[in-house]
Amino acid sequence: MTALLEIEDLRVRYAVGGRSVEAVGGVSLTLEGGEALGLAGESGCGKTTAALSIPRLLPETASVTGQIRLDGVDVLSLNDDALDDLRWRRVSVVFQGAMNALNPVQRIGAQILEPIRLHEKQTSTTEGRGRVAELLEAVGIPGDRARDYPHELSGGMRQRVMIAMALACRPQLVLADEPITALDVMTQAQILGLLRDLRERLGLSMILISHDLSVLAETCDRIAIMYAGRLVEEGTATTLFPPAGAGGGPAHPYTKGLLGAFPNIRGERRFVDGMPGYPPDLASPPPGCRFHERCPVAIERCLTDDPALRPAGSGHVAACHLVGEEP
Amino acid sequence: MSVAEDPLEPTGAWAATERTFGEIWRDRIGRTGLVLLVIIFLTAVLGPIVLPFDPDKVGASAESIFSRPSSSHWLGTDELGRDVFRQFLAGAKISLTVGLVATIISILIGSVVGLVAGYFGRWVDAVLMRLTDFFLVLPTIPLVIVLAAVFGQSLGILMLVIGLTGWPSIARIVRSQVLSLRERQFVLRVRSMGSTHVRMITRHILPNVAPLIFANAVLVIAGSILAEATLAFLGLGDPVHISWGTMLHFAFVTGAVGRGAWWYFLPPGLGIVAVVLGFTLAGHTLDRILNPRLRERR
Amino acid sequence: MTEPVLRVNKLRVSYASRRRKVKPVLAVDGVSFDLHKGEILALVGESGCGKTSIAHAITRLVPTSGGSIEFRGQDITSLSERTLRPIRAGIQMVFQDPYESLDPRQTVFDLVAEPLAIQRRARDKQERRRVVMAALTDAGLHPAAEISRRHPHHLSGGQRQRVAIAAAMVLEPDVIVADEPASMLDVSLRAGILRLMLDLRDRRGVSCLFITHDLSLAWVVADRIAVVYLGRIVEIGPSAEVIADPQHPYTKALVSVIPVPEAGAASEQIVLAGETPSARSVPSGCRFHPRCWRFEALGRPEICTTQDPAVSTQPHGVACHFPLVEPGGTIS
Repeated sequence: MTALLEIEDLRVRYAVGGRSVEAVGGVSLTLEGGEALGLAGESGCGKTTAALSIPRLLPETASVTGQIRLDGVDVLSLNDDALDDLRWRRVSVVFQGAMNALNPVQRIGAQILEPIRLHEKQTSTTEGRGRVAELLEAVGIPGDRARDYPHELSGGMRQRVMIAMALACRPQLVLADEPITALDVMTQAQILGLLRDLRERLGLSMILISHDLSVLAETCDRIAIMYAGRLVEEGTATTLFPPAGAGGGPAHPYTKGLLGAFPNIRGERRFVDGMPGYPPDLASPPPGCRFHERCPVAIERCLTDDPALRPAGSGHVAACHLVGEEP
Repeated sequence: MSVAEDPLEPTGAWAATERTFGEIWRDRIGRTGLVLLVIIFLTAVLGPIVLPFDPDKVGASAESIFSRPSSSHWLGTDELGRDVFRQFLAGAKISLTVGLVATIISILIGSVVGLVAGYFGRWVDAVLMRLTDFFLVLPTIPLVIVLAAVFGQSLGILMLVIGLTGWPSIARIVRSQVLSLRERQFVLRVRSMGSTHVRMITRHILPNVAPLIFANAVLVIAGSILAEATLAFLGLGDPVHISWGTMLHFAFVTGAVGRGAWWYFLPPGLGIVAVVLGFTLAGHTLDRILNPRLRERR
Repeated sequence: MTEPVLRVNKLRVSYASRRRKVKPVLAVDGVSFDLHKGEILALVGESGCGKTSIAHAITRLVPTSGGSIEFRGQDITSLSERTLRPIRAGIQMVFQDPYESLDPRQTVFDLVAEPLAIQRRARDKQERRRVVMAALTDAGLHPAAEISRRHPHHLSGGQRQRVAIAAAMVLEPDVIVADEPASMLDVSLRAGILRLMLDLRDRRGVSCLFITHDLSLAWVVADRIAVVYLGRIVEIGPSAEVIADPQHPYTKALVSVIPVPEAGAASEQIVLAGETPSARSVPSGCRFHPRCWRFEALGRPEICTTQDPAVSTQPHGVACHFPLVEPGGTIS
């Protein structure tokens, strides 16, 4: 059975000021129907670029190569009309910080209606209103608030509005880019719960992007970690983030470093210093493994050979020379 | 250990001024404005020195009245045979002077009122704003007429009145800027150190409002010059010190327009347009330059 | 027991609305706590709970509507600005937004020298320079001389925050009030700033009131945690205890939703419904009862809707009629 989404060797290059920057370098992923995939990494690692290449929402200056197949359809070869069909109706996006980008002078009901009007032009007004009411209910907003303006809603509710907008045309796949940053922690839990709930009820597939591994561990089935435009580790949530004391866990030193950089209340109470150093300049990446300059366990080979993804367990791969070589 | 040469861009008011002028020059609109202004300033300052035509020398015979431009009178003569070009040059200086002095009055009063009202708020703000409203609705022309009737027509009256009717708009702009500055974190921080009000205003509020005041000042100059021209045209100008507006007035009342003596009314008219345009264009660009800098922090 | 450096007693802060006939809103309604020498106390709560108002009240940036603030044994609540001025040197504040808390027109040197000028210290030019450079170096800014000539917009967010900390420390205060000092920085920079604050506490004995919405950060950085809900402290105690054995149902829910890197942890979360009510419409009795899972679990006891619980005695105090662990250790 073919997966819902198949990405093969995706590369995205930007021409920036005379130099060519490879923001995404050879990423391959698959996603089954109803599955949630987490894309993790520091800012600038390419996770948003990779995700936004699926609905082809990257700027014109980006050159995209590789294969992206959504439900068997080759996305990168679609013409404009077919793209219109794809966007919002097959795959939609909850953009980062979008809750602050709502039109301040338009009622939220009207804003949710907009994508329906744009992508399903034959919808009548009554039908449209009915759909909006359904969507508001699905995301947990009382129906009578459809006539409110964005400033009358709290941050959490505005984010629910964004989710409702993303669901407006009943897509198969939703991309959520940092959907809970800038929200209170309780609201974060509510929104994540909502996303889990919607996935179950609507059979949605989801790609969740976040710099916070814990958030992804809680919500996603599988998680892929990116660094400097490359995929460095991928595995199921249970494999990568087992309960404390159960052994196992991530194999790649970067993922381990990321984990160690955040306090874990189920772990030891000790101060955590962040990972030293910064991600490399993508215009002139270092030779060999891109992480070697910051890696605590780098060996000589890491400076010259760029490791490919290799098995680190069942359903678990990591791009590190040290993986699979320990007894 | 002395502070060595700064490798980064030089700071300080002079350097900032230089930089700003450079930026205005780079913008096409701003450059046009600056060019116009330079020409006019040079005309006003150097003209009378370089070209010593006597503006008061009255014509000798009938033919010398309203004579066309010639080699001896580059812009012809007026109704008394006096040289128009020389009047034009002298008028430049008067128009500019009145405009500038009136603007200085407006800026000084407006800035102080705006600062005090915005910073101290509450009843001080309420009182000052009512005062501002009062001056805002003062009609300029009747006021000049009344004052001129009492004190006689003079440049001083003009400068005073234009200055007094021009400050409310500055006050409002400054006040709203101060109101928002007052709540900014860097102001709160300095307050929490125990800063006095005077220190806060002079070292933190004023420097951050100054760019806004300058940008608006340039636009106010344009308005002031236009106001002077209007008043003078209506005959309320100083009869001794002839400005461009006064020239237009005389051109009008002596029938130069009817006689087609274009050399009499076109130059001052165009001069007024040029100077107002120059300030407006430069001010517009200045405003655009200074505004993004306020948001430049991120 | 030594006198606390800072003692806040039944503090109230209200904000008047511009419109008449609208009652002032009580953002802080009866908050009491002590801050001891060399201690880091975290005020933790969600946005709008009043924690920033508490900070602003302590630093006398906003007027209080009740209660008292004692600093080094002296009541500073209603001192005149003139009397307060020299005292201010003892309580300094670090603000949240490093892009906003520094005057863009000042150089770093001026920024750090200003507190000295305001408080009339180090008036000799050489001395002043020495003190400023020392403060910059202590805050981790190298090379101090070069950085001192720059303007804020030439610095990164992390560097700016260090400048703010240097300016706060230059007066050698007894108390630093840090309002979310790292929340606006990139995740990779946060640790550096927090590590700096811990170092300053260790080396200089500065007490710190640390305001944050991030409970896990408070757990790591602070000695004690006070949980704030709708203008009140609902629980206060040693950090490790408050996180490991929360006694207030709100704290317990808050701790349970802290993300942990474990698959399936979501199933153990207590997710509260709705949002914190606005301070304009505070629920009767216990403020938390409409959202309280324990209230439901215990069959909606009447006392929760009628009586406002006070904070029990410390060291681990809780404001609840049915705390999760009774004094003495029994779990009800």
